[in-house]
Amino acid sequence: MLKKALIGAVALTALTAAQAQAQYSDNKIKIGVLTDLSGTYSDLAGKGAIVAAQMAVEDFGGKVNGVPVEIVSADHQNKADIASSIARKWYDAEQVDAIAELVTTAAAIAVREVSKEKGKIDLVSGAASTALTNAKCSTTGFHWTYDTAALANGTANAVVKNGGKSWYFLTADYAFGHDLQAQTERVVKANGGEIKGAVRHPFPNSDFSSFLLQAQASGAQIIGLANAGADTINAIKQAKEFGITQGGQSLAGMLVFITDVHSLGLETAQGMMMTTGYYWNRDDETRAWSKRWSAKMDGKMPSMVHAGTYSSVMHYLKALAAAKTDDGMKVAEQMRALPIKDASGFAINGKIRADGRMVHDMYLAQVKKPSESKGPWDYYNIVRTIPGDDAYQSLADSKCDLVKK
Amino acid sequence: MMTLFGIPAAALFGQLLLGLINGAFYAVLSLGLALIFGLLNIINFSHGAQYMMGAFVAWLGLTYLGANYWVALLLAPLVVAAFGIVLERTMLSRLYKLDHLYGLLLTFGLALIIEGVFRNLYGISGIPYAVPKELAGGWNLGFMYLPIYRAWVVIASLVLCIGTWLLIEKTKLGAYLRAATENPALVQAMGINVPIMITLTYGFGVALAAFAGVLAAPIYSVNPLMGSNLIIVVFAVVVIGGMGSIMGSIVTGFMLGLLEGLTKVIYPEAASTVIFMVMVVVLLIKPAGLFGKGA
Repeated sequence: MLKKALIGAVALTALTAAQAQAQYSDNKIKIGVLTDLSGTYSDLAGKGAIVAAQMAVEDFGGKVNGVPVEIVSADHQNKADIASSIARKWYDAEQVDAIAELVTTAAAIAVREVSKEKGKIDLVSGAASTALTNAKCSTTGFHWTYDTAALANGTANAVVKNGGKSWYFLTADYAFGHDLQAQTERVVKANGGEIKGAVRHPFPNSDFSSFLLQAQASGAQIIGLANAGADTINAIKQAKEFGITQGGQSLAGMLVFITDVHSLGLETAQGMMMTTGYYWNRDDETRAWSKRWSAKMDGKMPSMVHAGTYSSVMHYLKALAAAKTDDGMKVAEQMRALPIKDASGFAINGKIRADGRMVHDMYLAQVKKPSESKGPWDYYNIVRTIPGDDAYQSLADSKCDLVKK
Repeated sequence: MMTLFGIPAAALFGQLLLGLINGAFYAVLSLGLALIFGLLNIINFSHGAQYMMGAFVAWLGLTYLGANYWVALLLAPLVVAAFGIVLERTMLSRLYKLDHLYGLLLTFGLALIIEGVFRNLYGISGIPYAVPKELAGGWNLGFMYLPIYRAWVVIASLVLCIGTWLLIEKTKLGAYLRAATENPALVQAMGINVPIMITLTYGFGVALAAFAGVLAAPIYSVNPLMGSNLIIVVFAVVVIGGMGSIMGSIVTGFMLGLLEGLTKVIYPEAASTVIFMVMVVVLLIKPAGLFGKGA
């Protein structure tokens, strides 16, 4: 009896000693992956993002200073209300410490509001809008993979400099499309290009022939596609059918993921320019990581959102270890201080700014000809590396109130 | 240059032609729906999913069996129709005596299940399907560039629509079918196997959807949700044409395609709503639809 009590006392002392070293509430780290598991974005984010987050936890050793890490996940169905109610439930009732992925701007902003209120970390990867690091910025909120400014700077700059001076836009008629068009127009005009016009198409839309014909009649050299997913795929497929590209006009897909190229096939997509935050076949490091991911995902290859989710979760775990607490403010401080480096080869020259933007090198890619492709998913030639500072909106232009001016 | 509605006439002709092409899809799809509703009294909400299955069967045939587009055009409707017949025999046939709503709910549920299964197997982004070599390229008509494939879509749809209408309205088989829906017991007494005729009709309606799916595969993104995006518009077409009216659905399909084409030039933002505005107006003025025989 006495022996048992003694052991108990020793164990208790040991436990409190450990806690004095590192303060992790409820002795568990929980990271929620909140994403689209069934809708339009479920290929470019979705299950692959959960797999990527799990890989980050495994690669980190499954524990932070001896405290186990667990990944939970849910489907926000691209709806802001569902996203924010899941976030609330996770933070309030299920001891979730951070939420990752968050495709769809509306959903990401909804979760951003909740995280800000609760002082919890959000790691946005799939959402595109620059609003997340401007009006909606937060000390504990991070935007990791790409944004509309980087896409516009990367693609539009290169295209205008290659002689594509006059533009016509096919724009998805909702907030994201309008934002992407506005960002691109700004870059085109800054480079001395001109805007011939734009047509706003319903979202979603399957037949683009009518809009393509209007774009053709405008005589613009470049048809900018300010849309995403199936809309982009349909527009590109039908542009080829209507002889737009043979007629000397070129397409510029402002937001194209590798999953879209896979769906189009190289025969249709070849020659298209785009900006991406990641390409699996860029070097040995990216190939090694992507093949590990691929083995868990039936041979698919990761999109930039998948790699970005891995990278952001990995960096969060490192910051947790360094901060020795799961307090959101302290972890966020460490996240900004620590160098960003991980096995996926994602965040090259990565750094986190005051506005929460993780600035890293982006890549201008061109889709290969079918004859150049050496195997499945071998789709891009990297034309140019765009240094992070050139790609992203400059801090001077930021409307974030955390940026000291 | 001559202008109409403030648009150069040449551009307008181009847009009208495109509208006609889209109308062809609406016509084939709404024809299948009208057929199934007219003869079975079932509102087939899984029509969109069956259209999607047609496109996927074409792709599966090409990828795993090397079956080209022309084979797929025959094969996909047969395969999907066989699937439809199984559904009809095992489930739908139990609902004929009940309210329309039961059939609607069942087929809606089936559509969700079918789409879910395909989404699980093939993801959401879709799969590539090339335009067949024989129909690649296009003609420059002066006012627009017409891809040969689109011309083929219009011709194939027209032939199919007219053929179906003739079959139902002008042949003996069609007469039996129409009689069987009016009074199944009497027709059965004449020695005609009514249940088999009903089953085959459902199969035929489903085959039409699958045929449209194969037609769509080279020009639209082939993905598990391609049908659900289209089906609501097609339902509107059927309602405007008059539920169950075969000629109504054909004519309305083409007409609304034209109207939508015009809207895409004049005010593109409204292109997805214009058909529903027409539907509201038609329902207010003529509740049975433009070609309906009265409620």
